[in-house]
Amino acid sequence: MDDLIVKYISRLIIPFIQLYGIFVIFHGHLSPGGGFPGGAILGASIILYTLAFGAERGHEKMPHRVSEKLESGAIIWYILLGMVGIWTGNQFLTNQAAGFPMGEIGAILSGGFIPLITLAIGLKVGSTMITLFHTMIKEEQ
Amino acid sequence: MQILNVILILFLILCALAVERTKDLLSAVIIFAAYSLVMAVLWLLLRSPDVAMTEAAIGAGVTTIMFVAVISRTRRMEK
Repeated sequence: MDDLIVKYISRLIIPFIQLYGIFVIFHGHLSPGGGFPGGAILGASIILYTLAFGAERGHEKMPHRVSEKLESGAIIWYILLGMVGIWTGNQFLTNQAAGFPMGEIGAILSGGFIPLITLAIGLKVGSTMITLFHTMIKEEQ
Repeated sequence: MQILNVILILFLILCALAVERTKDLLSAVIIFAAYSLVMAVLWLLLRSPDVAMTEAAIGAGVTTIMFVAVISRTRRMEK
């Protein structure tokens, strides 16, 4: 696809989509949303880039090795955060009793490890979606 | 608000029937995207903005793109 209007509009709109995705991820414990919708929005922004600029530039923007490392790294980060609960003598994914600081209600840095968990889920979902789409496009050629 | 709900659900049923009856798969995918968008509005009216956000991003966005990619690899018309 080689259309000037599509390229220009997507170049204009992609930063806002990504900003909204990051907003949804980081406000996962305060407002509707969370890791899964935010990650889906982030992944959709890269998919839009690939659609507008072609598969090669999309691969350059988000190579397979980077998305693969993000995917595995996010899930390892999630499991390690859960393991902190076992480490301190509680159950898997224990929040307050494992010693995570709770912070002030309503602030971004509150709720113990929930922001960190949401960040991991968002990265995992977004990179999985990008990997899926890029694999599908690549087999087409 | 009740009337809006009824109109949206009627549109939803119409979309579902149209997806089943269309022979052109690309048109079916586009109708399915409209279905997803109306479903997102309905989730919002049912007071679950969380699911509405997910439906709008996954159902109307990513699923449509995946279906279009699959159709571009196979044939467009249903036998």
